[in-house]
Amino acid sequence: MLEQLALNLKAAYARLWVRVKGGNREPEWLIAELIIPVITLSTYVYLYKMVKAPPEYASFVIIGGTMLAFWSNVLWNMSAQFYWEKETGILEVYFVAPISRMAILLGMALGGMVNTTLRAVAILVAGTLIFQVPMVMNEPLTALLIFFLTIAALYALGMMFASLFMLYGREAWHTANLLQEPIQFLSGTYFPMTGTVVPFMVQLLSSLIPLTFGLDGIRRVAILGQGITDVWMNIVALVIFILILLPLAKFALNYMENLGKKEGRLTLRWQ
Amino acid sequence: MIALDKVSISIEEGEIFGLLGPNGAGKTTLIKILSTLLLPTSGEAYVGGFNVAKEPNKVRRIISLVSGGETPGYGILSVEENLWFFSQLYGLSSSAAKEEIKRLAEDLDFKEYAKTRMSKLSTGYKQRLNFARGLLSNPRILFLDEPTLGLDVLTSKKLRGYIVDWAKRERKGTVLLTTHYMAEADEMCDRVAIIDRGKILVCDSPLRLKENLRANVIMKVEVSSVQADFGFMEKLVGVVGYSQTRSIQTDTTTLKVMVRDETVFSKIMSQLEEQKLKILSANKAEPTLEDVYISLVGRGLEEAEATTDA
Repeated sequence: MLEQLALNLKAAYARLWVRVKGGNREPEWLIAELIIPVITLSTYVYLYKMVKAPPEYASFVIIGGTMLAFWSNVLWNMSAQFYWEKETGILEVYFVAPISRMAILLGMALGGMVNTTLRAVAILVAGTLIFQVPMVMNEPLTALLIFFLTIAALYALGMMFASLFMLYGREAWHTANLLQEPIQFLSGTYFPMTGTVVPFMVQLLSSLIPLTFGLDGIRRVAILGQGITDVWMNIVALVIFILILLPLAKFALNYMENLGKKEGRLTLRWQ
Repeated sequence: MIALDKVSISIEEGEIFGLLGPNGAGKTTLIKILSTLLLPTSGEAYVGGFNVAKEPNKVRRIISLVSGGETPGYGILSVEENLWFFSQLYGLSSSAAKEEIKRLAEDLDFKEYAKTRMSKLSTGYKQRLNFARGLLSNPRILFLDEPTLGLDVLTSKKLRGYIVDWAKRERKGTVLLTTHYMAEADEMCDRVAIIDRGKILVCDSPLRLKENLRANVIMKVEVSSVQADFGFMEKLVGVVGYSQTRSIQTDTTTLKVMVRDETVFSKIMSQLEEQKLKILSANKAEPTLEDVYISLVGRGLEEAEATTDA
């Protein structure tokens, strides 16, 4: 048991190392990671300023953009990576090795977080220095707690997506593309979901996405100066998401792997 | 479609076992089942005493798989970085991995490329790296799926020699090799099984399989046209089987035919003369594993592959 855990941790670290090392060899990604998201956010910030929306709205955008960077990392740098690894033949090597698939995904995710954190920092810096968005944070630890819980829930969700990418490749790619915009919209990346004109049904739908609770919680703590007593519901919701999504992800990965083995599609390329 | 039909083989520890057959015969399906990448629809398979379907992780701890024509790692990483990464999937300590990488780089002659990005390697060196990856974890059982596919003669020879040394002298490892290169199986394997359309046709040592053909006569005839028609041989009594290799460059066809006795051969010669084909050479040939295949299937490996591809 301990031996297997140590092996999985080694594998996760090695995969993380590949991502970081590979990223450093091609620094061009920095331009895309740092400049493009800031330009996207500027659009929203200026729009809110033009329509004379409360200044907190610009802050919402900054937090939304920061958290969106982590969701994009989960979806494209972790889940979709199984598709690329399959096409290049490396997935076969992973599946013949005595390691957990979750360890490899964890390595991919943590490796991707290095780049993502840079992107998130760029957005935060741009937000506070260039746009001077207001932030009132009384409990930074609560914000950090919600941030880490959100990340954990997102990664569990990403692992479930990875199981789809593992078997369905291109179809999963299209589905993920299809889901990206609705998830951005429903989670309220660029505007608050609650207390606005967003219809109730849409708000209800948005509660199925962990990012919604994470964003709402962090915004309340970092922008509105609220504390743990105000956001405890968000924390509970995120913990519930993690408790449900993690075992579900493990099940989905095992199920898809077995299905792939039965149908002979696990390592079949160019499907 | 049935990929494998009632296949039953047993491989001894320390043996190099070859699975020979044309493309689409079921070789890769079998190796994928044994390396836990596929589940059989019926039947059971054991590797090192472990059931591949019920104890896959125990199987994975003792095996390694090297496939031909595969990308052996991440193009952006160097050869040694790739190998270090793969060593971690088997839990090697970094120092042990580095030692092992150094040794393999020397043994497989890619030391000078150790710091080169994988994407910049030639096909031959990529496959050396692939072999090194497969051997890094010191597997008890090594699966080689068409390992010399697309390689030049010298690299193929080097890798074949290395695996025989690894299995026989160094490690006493067990090797299951799938190939459609008959000479490769002949050179490397203690025993071979010939597989066609999912069925094992015969299983024995290459020497014994060839010895069994001694009762027949094998002739190699070269004729001066690429359009020679050998269809008449299907109806000739006494023809065990034949294969043909056509060369557009030289506008010749080489016919290899196995007959029950030499009188049948003279009938073939007269048929060829009737077609006004110029006979460039005609020699008696020693039996090879390809002839074993011809004697079992009635056609050569290339013809079998053409049938499968069609």
